[in-house]
Amino acid sequence: MAVVAQSSRFSKLFWPVLAWTVALVFFFPIFWLIFTSFKTDADAVKPDHLIFFKPTLENYINMTENYDYWRFAINSVITSTFATVLALVVGVPAAYAMAFNPTRHTKDVLLWMLSTKMLPAAAVLYPMTFLTKNFLDIYDTHFLVILVLCLINLPIVIWMLFTYFKEIPKEIIEAGKMDGVSTWGEIKDILIPLAWGGVASTALLCFIFCWNEAYWTVRLTTTEASTLSKLIEGNRAPEGLFFGRLSAVSTAAVAPIIVLGWFCQKQLVQGLTFGAVK
Amino acid sequence: MAGLTIRDARKAYGETQVIHGIDLDIADGDFVVFVGPSGCGKSTLLRMIAGLEEVTSGDISIGDRVVNDVAPADRGVAMVFQTYALYPHMTVYKNMAFGLIQAKTPKDEIDRRVREAAKILDIENYLERTPRALSGGQRQRVAIGRAIVREPDVFLFDEPLSNLDAALRGQTRLEIARLHQRLKTTIVYVTHDQVEAMTLADKIVVLRDGLIEQYGAPMELYENPANKFVAEFIGSPSMNFFEASQEKGGFSIGGKKVSVKLSQEVNAIDIGIRPEHLKQTTKQKAVLSGTLDVVEQLGDHVLAHLVTGQGNEFIAKFETLGDIKLGDTLHFDATKENIHFFDKTSGARLV
Repeated sequence: MAVVAQSSRFSKLFWPVLAWTVALVFFFPIFWLIFTSFKTDADAVKPDHLIFFKPTLENYINMTENYDYWRFAINSVITSTFATVLALVVGVPAAYAMAFNPTRHTKDVLLWMLSTKMLPAAAVLYPMTFLTKNFLDIYDTHFLVILVLCLINLPIVIWMLFTYFKEIPKEIIEAGKMDGVSTWGEIKDILIPLAWGGVASTALLCFIFCWNEAYWTVRLTTTEASTLSKLIEGNRAPEGLFFGRLSAVSTAAVAPIIVLGWFCQKQLVQGLTFGAVK
Repeated sequence: MAGLTIRDARKAYGETQVIHGIDLDIADGDFVVFVGPSGCGKSTLLRMIAGLEEVTSGDISIGDRVVNDVAPADRGVAMVFQTYALYPHMTVYKNMAFGLIQAKTPKDEIDRRVREAAKILDIENYLERTPRALSGGQRQRVAIGRAIVREPDVFLFDEPLSNLDAALRGQTRLEIARLHQRLKTTIVYVTHDQVEAMTLADKIVVLRDGLIEQYGAPMELYENPANKFVAEFIGSPSMNFFEASQEKGGFSIGGKKVSVKLSQEVNAIDIGIRPEHLKQTTKQKAVLSGTLDVVEQLGDHVLAHLVTGQGNEFIAKFETLGDIKLGDTLHFDATKENIHFFDKTSGARLV
């Protein structure tokens, strides 16, 4: 904040320039990706066609016609949506219980949940593959992807909701009890309407995390339940250096989520700062 | 309508006991005020009656029914919270109707009760607003309205005035008194403000450290406090206390003798005299003398802060000071019934 207080010409120029530089550095790969997606595979690797080239939609047409983009996209939408809904269905009551009826162990449970995020995913790759493929026979199903996406995001969902619910005065919930509201009624008629912004931010963030998830969606699917992450992965190695095509696939995979994020910027910022900004 | 009975009620959080066995009988229609310093357990006790805190042991009965295991909404009580605790996303009307909707009351009955309560509380014009658009005083009325529409056997008020400014507090206090006269429903009211307790209560419960120090009508507590704690807590400004040394046939404060015969033999006592009971007198008749130190002008009366020769500070209440100046030595007397004696070690009142 001290930066704001100074008004020398140097700081007036320096900070915006720095901010833009950082922003451009971060944005550059995306920019490069979109740029390359309009080049032919041949142009994509030619240094003299770096900026000046003949734009083409060939990659996009190819992608939709030969690589079944829409099936992957629909899978992404289905799995992300259902995983988010499921995470909220489990997370809202859990966070409610911890926020309004805490016990001595509530803090421990919260930390324990977070600690599951510290476990390297690779460590359980073998058991997960074995169990789902040979034992439960749910490998490469929508059900599995939804379940896994829900579970890996559940800790963060519960943490966020817990933080939002904590801000609601306990007395309002107690007033509900005096008025004879059932537990479900408290959640439906009091808690969710009051924490609506927080629930929406949480859902949005969870959806984005689900959409972007790659480690498990790539490894636990083959074709049926594969998401856009798998489509990108599938276009990467096997047929050599098809950068134009790969870029088109990647652009088409990240575009929906970037657009979604753009429209929900305000909610997202609120969500990511965990309710610190009110 | 119903009374309230509490039998040996205790409350513990883990190992820590906060309510140590309360016995209390509240008659139907009484306005009872729980008063005490913060941490005395008054709010906890109220919340136990409401059903928001579990009773660790003992019984709480409303009417003839033990309600220990009855859900808050089914106890026939309604609560007004200190922070109002209105539902911010509902209109005033919905706030008041919400409990009745939960109880599946017919719509026209809900409407009748809400409009009647709104009329009593003078909030008819705000029914379609949300709490956000109301002032503190109006919110408090809505909170009271929410309790009224449920037509409870017992109203519970948890420090309802402490979030209001001074002027509004006085006004709302009067309205609560009127409301009680009108509805004649049992009220249990928690406050830390002894003025609220004195003005509102039919009976006051003075609590300290999870125990009842005294239970009685306001004037009973004022005139015959059971112990030094109650004597100090009730009355404003507080009662003056003086260390007294035993003498033949009585006690003396700084060489001035107070003759009294105590029923018990005690070693050391405190003598208590309220500021309003100190009357100026001559040096010969005085039981107490002090030098005028500070003067507080309060318009209709004056509070004189004095110091005895032994350095004991006390307050005397005057209508007017006349030509008395700072530094003057004043002499006081008090009638026998206005001089209180307390055991120095136990604090108990001695007669």
